[in-house]
Amino acid sequence: MDNVIMNNLDYPILSWTVLLPVFGSLLLLFMQNARAVRWTALIFTLLTFAISLPLLTQFDKGTHLMQFVEKHEWIPSWGINYIIGIDGISILFVFLTTILSILCVLVSWNSINTRVREFHIAILAMEAAMVGVFVSLDFFLFYLFWEAMLIPMFLLIGVWGGANKLYASIKFFLYTLVGSVLMLVGIVVLYFAGGKTLDILTLSTLSLPMGLQFWLFLAFFAAFAVKVPMFPVHTWLPDAHTEAPTAGSVILAGVLIKMGAYGFLRFSMPMLPDATRLFIPVLMVLSVVAIIYGALVCFAQKDFKRLIAYSSVSHMGFVTLGLFAMNTQGVEGGILQMINHGIITGAMFLMIGMIYERTHTRVISEYGGFAKIVPWYAGLFCILTFASVGLPGTNGFVGEFLIIFGAFKAKQIIGVLSALGIILGAGYMLRLYQDIFFQDAAPDFEKKGKHPVWDLDMREVLTLAPLLLLVFWIGFYPNTFLSYMHASVEHLISRVNYTAYAGQENLIAKYIMEIF
Amino acid sequence: MIKYTLIPLLPLIAFVINILFGRNYIRDKAHWVAIPAIVGSLLLAISAFFDVAGGNVININVYDWIVSGDFNVSAGLMIDQLTAIMLLVVTICGTLIFIYSVGYMHGDEGYYRFFAYLCLFIFSMLVLVMGNNFLVMYFGWEAVGLCSYFLIGFWFNKKSAGDAGKKAFIVNRFGDFGFGLGVILIFLTFGTLDFVGVFGQAGSFAGQTINFLGWEVDLVTLICLLLFCGAVGKSAQLPLHVWLPDAMEGPTPVSALIHAATMVTAGVFMVARCNPLFIESPIAMNTVAIVGGVTAIFAATIALVQNDIKRVIAYSTVSQLGYMFLALGVGAFSAGVFHLYTHAFFKALLFLASGSVIHALHNEQDMRNMGGLKKYMPITYAVFIIGTLSITGIFPFAGFFSKDEILWRAFLAGDMGKFLWLLGTIAALLTSFYSWRLIFMTFHGDFRGTSEQEHHLHESPKVITVPLMILAVGAVAAGWVGIPPLFMEHGDKIGEFLAPVLGHPSGHGTHAQEWFVVGISSLVAVLGGIVAYVMYVKKTDIAGKIASAFKPVHALLYNKYYVDELYDTTLIQPVMKASDKVILGFIDKTIIEGIVNGIPNVIGVFSRKLRTIQTGVFGSYGLAMTVGALCIIGYLFFQR
Repeated sequence: MDNVIMNNLDYPILSWTVLLPVFGSLLLLFMQNARAVRWTALIFTLLTFAISLPLLTQFDKGTHLMQFVEKHEWIPSWGINYIIGIDGISILFVFLTTILSILCVLVSWNSINTRVREFHIAILAMEAAMVGVFVSLDFFLFYLFWEAMLIPMFLLIGVWGGANKLYASIKFFLYTLVGSVLMLVGIVVLYFAGGKTLDILTLSTLSLPMGLQFWLFLAFFAAFAVKVPMFPVHTWLPDAHTEAPTAGSVILAGVLIKMGAYGFLRFSMPMLPDATRLFIPVLMVLSVVAIIYGALVCFAQKDFKRLIAYSSVSHMGFVTLGLFAMNTQGVEGGILQMINHGIITGAMFLMIGMIYERTHTRVISEYGGFAKIVPWYAGLFCILTFASVGLPGTNGFVGEFLIIFGAFKAKQIIGVLSALGIILGAGYMLRLYQDIFFQDAAPDFEKKGKHPVWDLDMREVLTLAPLLLLVFWIGFYPNTFLSYMHASVEHLISRVNYTAYAGQENLIAKYIMEIF
Repeated sequence: MIKYTLIPLLPLIAFVINILFGRNYIRDKAHWVAIPAIVGSLLLAISAFFDVAGGNVININVYDWIVSGDFNVSAGLMIDQLTAIMLLVVTICGTLIFIYSVGYMHGDEGYYRFFAYLCLFIFSMLVLVMGNNFLVMYFGWEAVGLCSYFLIGFWFNKKSAGDAGKKAFIVNRFGDFGFGLGVILIFLTFGTLDFVGVFGQAGSFAGQTINFLGWEVDLVTLICLLLFCGAVGKSAQLPLHVWLPDAMEGPTPVSALIHAATMVTAGVFMVARCNPLFIESPIAMNTVAIVGGVTAIFAATIALVQNDIKRVIAYSTVSQLGYMFLALGVGAFSAGVFHLYTHAFFKALLFLASGSVIHALHNEQDMRNMGGLKKYMPITYAVFIIGTLSITGIFPFAGFFSKDEILWRAFLAGDMGKFLWLLGTIAALLTSFYSWRLIFMTFHGDFRGTSEQEHHLHESPKVITVPLMILAVGAVAAGWVGIPPLFMEHGDKIGEFLAPVLGHPSGHGTHAQEWFVVGISSLVAVLGGIVAYVMYVKKTDIAGKIASAFKPVHALLYNKYYVDELYDTTLIQPVMKASDKVILGFIDKTIIEGIVNGIPNVIGVFSRKLRTIQTGVFGSYGLAMTVGALCIIGYLFFQR
């Protein structure tokens, strides 16, 4: 292990980050009191966040190598090890996960009243699995965490979800499972092709034959494209996001759908660089289609939450577009936009959950005039709206600008078309904002009306504050976050652009002819 | 020099204080936060002006904003001659309008919110003009758009106000689409976004071509036209002018500050700022000039027949902005900026004075319900006359000097220049007509409103009239810094001041020609007024007769050439329909969901069929086994 930097802190920091939520959920098994359950869950999510903080300060930004690496033999006869570590690509996701987990507990404080203990066990299990996915450096371990995420999420939607929860949860489960199974096949093939190893770093240095890369890429694509979700395999997302309880939507939108894009970065690109280059044109086109298609669908939505869910399709289109532009600005913009989307859409789902607790409706046309009824709520949602449409000064701008820049550099027409998404984004978001907050209030929701609607309370403001802070932090000083990525992104790009088959386009063309 | 970062920061701080504490604590004292902040910015701007006049160009990078690979852009400020003028325009008009708003918005329940947004706007506008690179300018550009959205929709319980704000933002996004791509292309071409770096290299890229979306086009022309898209949106030029008249839904001080004096001139500022790029591309210059000239006359014709007092002035603004672009397009950059500067005074004056009228009439804006106000509102009437003399270009009011400079420069700019001069002169005639029509309909004749309104008619309080009077001084005297050599040697102080940034206009003509241009424009200015006087004071039935005699033309103008309707049927409705019926209804729900739900259904059907075999009846299993075994034996047997 000379190509990684071992963990030199005096405690296994990454293992702690993964295991603390697990301990928390085990502890919850023995609790009955809902209040105690909530506090325990909150304390454990806070602890997890706190214990992972030294990662940010101790991280060496000058290298692309994996850092804080821990390695233990696990099943030596199959070449399976327990290896975890992070680099400039994964570090920010670990923090996104640990922050959002805290907020998920906070936002569920009053809204979850059935099976409180089980709910929080699911949240903590989710956190552990998500962090696990981002830090795994062994394919077996990775797959374990990847599949482990499915179960608590399935339960979160299916048990605590909305009216149509069963359909949504089963759809979510089957959709992702089909992709994951194909990925499993891919992993097994890689295992043999790579000399019976599941070490991700070793596999990332191989030069596999083009034919093998081609099929493996498709297998991994099935898993990752569904998770992102890319057009046209996106239809699980609106159902799952809409029916999930608030915390579930936040986890889904904030972290879970980033797994797909992370998969491309961690596996498809470095392990199958030649196939990646081959598929880039298709992937860029699919991304642009997602941007415009996702935005247009938003115009036709009548459900508050569903509109935001569909807007994720458009925003994730920006993310994948940036990644596949395969230049520094595009990839860094793509990664940053994943964080941004987690912050903005995460916060939006939190806010939708908060207002739903008061109004018990998500139908946009039943709202109106809420700027008068809940002015602070309206103000904060306004910030998120404009972050979502990419106004300079917010995080959305930095991400989208870098992505469009990268896309334009890679392929002009794609850059131009993706910029259309910015116009459409302003269209549907401002329409939503006007319908919810402007004009006269619907009589049902006046302060003293049938359903009294009150403004944000302290707990809710505290829940939103970290995300709003990040909106402006990244908007005005993105370098705090971009600087973590530089080395790793440069390394990744050079890996994809320089390999055994570089420049041998004829060979690739010939290979494609053979397939068909 | 770092103290100049306070110029935008003071209003930003005032915004933060007002928006956080205004609702519960500051309330109707919000102006005590806002006005000191803008006065502070004004004083610093004056100090910066003298610094620049003394030969110092200030250019500081505050911090690295976005760094990604070779893309590196900093948050930096620059104050050169052009910025110094803009700073003065923004802070002077801003201060007066802030004071005016104390009276105008008195008692509004969103008082604190109003001042908060105004402060945020001033911050954004100052960043826009002070940025030292394209991305900081873009930041300010979008941020003023945001404030415009807030302030147009300030009375958001009115649907029309919310609609107008949304429309302004989205229409501007179309322009910014081009602007943003232009910024990207600039970086890819020049390797930097800093003004100094880009403009320094502008000459070396002249004549280079680039393959853009399959067409081989001139690189600098492409960049300029993309940037100009942004200017067309922000400065409400054809074909993106549709948002500005609707923006009059906002409170009148907003119309004066944002939609007349400052924000809408950002497009003019941007093109003037980028003059080293534009002069390398004749095509781009001609485009700017023609768009400006055509918009000037187009908007003026609409203004002829409108009845809403603010809409008349709004179309007048669109028309005057067209004049400015006309000037830029013929290479007279300093003339364009000069007109921007005088226009800020007389147009802010006209808007605020109309606000005084609307205030007195309790939010009546239809001129058909006004009339005879001059005896009730003498100060408002007087300043309105001054503003009108200025906009119509009567010597020696401010508008005369700047408008005349533009027409003269157009006249000198070859054959196309002559054509543009003709457009400009006709627009001047129309301007004079509709401006005097407004005065006569509002202030002359008999009062046509309700007796209830008449009973309450009164002159506005001092907090409103004093800013009006100060602006009136500007509308008279602001032009005296740009006296053409025809009248006074070295009278064109502002042109000389701006020359380091904007250069000297080319082209020379004789004194006789210049007298001709001055004479014609003065003549049409007077002529328009006389016609209006005859039609709206002497023989008031003529207007109606003309309207009915030329009914189609009148309808066309009254309905603003049906541009809104055109966009609605060709763009908005198709997009809405497509998203609902085609994208969501057909592709998403029918095709994709059909497949997704179809596969489990097919499997379900298949497994149901398979299930019927598993009957659990021992006999049928035995039968199947026997048949199967016989088949195998038979196969083996016959194979031999």
